[in-house]
Amino acid sequence: MASSVISSSPFVCKSPAKGQKDLGFSSFRKPSQISIHGCQRKSISRKIVSVMAPQRSSSTSGSVKTGMTMTEKILAKAAEKSQVVPGDNIWVNVDVLMTHDVCGPGAFGIFKREFGDNAKVWDSEKIVVIPDHYIFTTDKRANRNVDIMREHCREQNIKYFYDITDLGDFRANPDYKGVCHVALAQEGHCRPGEVLLGTDSHTCTAGAFGQFATGIGNTDAGFVLGTGKILLKVPPTMRFILDGEMPSYLQAKDLILQIIGEISVAGATYKTMEFSGTTIESLTMEERMTLCNMVVEAGGKNGVIPPDATTFNYVENRTSVPFQPVYSDANASFVADYRFDVSKLEPVVAKPHSPDNRALARECKDVKIDRVYIGSCTGGKTEDFMAAAKLFHAAGKQVKVPTFLVPATQKVWMDVYALPVPGAGGKTCAQIFEEAGCDTPTSPSCGACLGGPADTYARLNEPQVCVSTTNRNFPGRMGHKEGQIYLASPYTAAASALTGHVTDPREFLQ
Amino acid sequence: MAAASLRSVNPTLPRTLPSPTRSPPFQSPFLRFAPTSTSFNLKPLVTPPAPSSSPFVTRSAAASPQERKTFHGLCYVVGDNIDTDQIIPAEFLTLVPSNPEEYQKLGSHALVGLPASYKDRFVEPGETKTKYSIIIGGENFGCGSSREHAPVCLGAAGAKAVVAQSYARIFFRNSVATGEIYPLDSEVRVCDECSTGDVATVELREGDSVLINHTTGKEYKLKAIGDAGPVIDAGGIFAYARKAGMIPSAAA
Repeated sequence: MASSVISSSPFVCKSPAKGQKDLGFSSFRKPSQISIHGCQRKSISRKIVSVMAPQRSSSTSGSVKTGMTMTEKILAKAAEKSQVVPGDNIWVNVDVLMTHDVCGPGAFGIFKREFGDNAKVWDSEKIVVIPDHYIFTTDKRANRNVDIMREHCREQNIKYFYDITDLGDFRANPDYKGVCHVALAQEGHCRPGEVLLGTDSHTCTAGAFGQFATGIGNTDAGFVLGTGKILLKVPPTMRFILDGEMPSYLQAKDLILQIIGEISVAGATYKTMEFSGTTIESLTMEERMTLCNMVVEAGGKNGVIPPDATTFNYVENRTSVPFQPVYSDANASFVADYRFDVSKLEPVVAKPHSPDNRALARECKDVKIDRVYIGSCTGGKTEDFMAAAKLFHAAGKQVKVPTFLVPATQKVWMDVYALPVPGAGGKTCAQIFEEAGCDTPTSPSCGACLGGPADTYARLNEPQVCVSTTNRNFPGRMGHKEGQIYLASPYTAAASALTGHVTDPREFLQ
Repeated sequence: MAAASLRSVNPTLPRTLPSPTRSPPFQSPFLRFAPTSTSFNLKPLVTPPAPSSSPFVTRSAAASPQERKTFHGLCYVVGDNIDTDQIIPAEFLTLVPSNPEEYQKLGSHALVGLPASYKDRFVEPGETKTKYSIIIGGENFGCGSSREHAPVCLGAAGAKAVVAQSYARIFFRNSVATGEIYPLDSEVRVCDECSTGDVATVELREGDSVLINHTTGKEYKLKAIGDAGPVIDAGGIFAYARKAGMIPSAAA
């Protein structure tokens, strides 16, 4: 049914008007139902970029074992059950619990209050404490919170505590890593088939490794600290199949912004987003992380990508802990099916003030901007900076607006200064950034992605327009309530820096 | 925090609940906690409330006829997609919710991230408590960051319940786990029909809960909160787990 519609009638994917979030599981849109949405549109894209199959009801025959999705399998195994179905409430064993400087004190505070002052955590080697949010600041409470975590880790003999004591020079701290979700991957804590929880909404990033990873609050985390278990409801899975060759100007950020624009900020609430297809298989681990990172922006419970040689290669280079990858059964039930022909997609942005406020980058070229921010778990990894540098090098021009660079971790920072950018005659990212007039790459942390204390580097303290490689653009997200944030890929961010307007990277990349 | 309710009984638990005023002695620094499917056949603790098809039938012998929880006060109305940055901006996350003094401070900053288009502030500058008991929202309330500070600050400020069309999952889960605030589902777009300052009552009952707007005279059916209710009543997931005998209490 789906394929016949593709070949016979092109149609526009109707974007939900603000306030209406039910793009949902309704039938295909007729060509007459066009909604004009977004910045001035000279030409409306009429290419079919996604199609939705009707809902399938899951088989409920008692004697036949139902196929399970990846997520169902991971949770079943973690709950020591042979079979689970969406909707089941199950107690799940946790493989890794991550926390950071903002939520760690609260989570441990609850743990001590509920389990007793002398209580011990369930497993001191399964907890990873990563200070990253408010680090390079003079805010006393923020600094105190890192000290509090140090005390807890010492008391509990936590094996993995990526501590920082010298705030003046991040390089003087051998243990310090930076942004938790990138550090988890780089330090080998992400493994296929496992259950990873974190006191941060972007914990879903780790789903890129074919594991169940989701964010929880302090109280849930306090519970896990004491018991190593959590009560979870098995989510149904929405499948997103992305096929086609990835255009050279497109990045994973464009893919996820495309999807969120399609299903809205609540389109995946309480559900798993499973990504597969030839395009996904062609993505690097960092690109897969970017994709899964923003699952929460669609309301998703977790994102997941089937692990393959790319995954195993990355993981096995960083950990010797054995793992067991799982894959969705051929007869598993999915609650929705979306297909994308990636070769037809164009660079997109999310306009203020919502991650689902999607628009084509080229249709926003009249939007004047005040600054560009490249950083965060979403867009501050090594490959993100490589991409930006590649575009700057190809353009050979200087940026027209302040361009802030915030490497996610120490490793990323070092790559920015050490790795040669392909096709740039041996130049490193740092050299290219300097020649382009960007700000010097700063100390690695979450930085201004979420605003933070008043003295946070690159914080939006005035009502300015910022193109950012970060993940959210709700009012006040980066600081000032009237600040206007355009979420974009590193290519789009770099291109925009060069023109002083929101700019499609094809201006410089083709 | 919601008051513990002696009469909230989860009918699927085989045990008799201990009195909340007497805590069993703390048994061991190492928690022995091995849920089996028979011992912990709990219905979802943190599910979004679904229309309950099977009303509670098992009550403890001394229970009164119909469990009722009532909140009465002023409404504060917001729109769709109120994300947790608007509920509690990131700069206040240095306050640790489990620290009593900082808990109060969090309350004073509740909803301060809302844009200037909201003329009435949820908490007046200089105050720590709100005059609004009931927050009325639209779709996807509490989306964005997982910060537990969000339901905490609302509870700390003195709000009792949110009535919204739908919730983001982490916010809903955190509301129940902390017991700070009741996340109630409306069936219609209540936020379009109520105004900030309206006087309202929320009545939680088994089966049919209602929001009554005294200012407009309209009544709205709310979806039953189901098994999340007793958890919030008890004061959150830990208090509930202790009452239910799932974990030993902490040392006094």
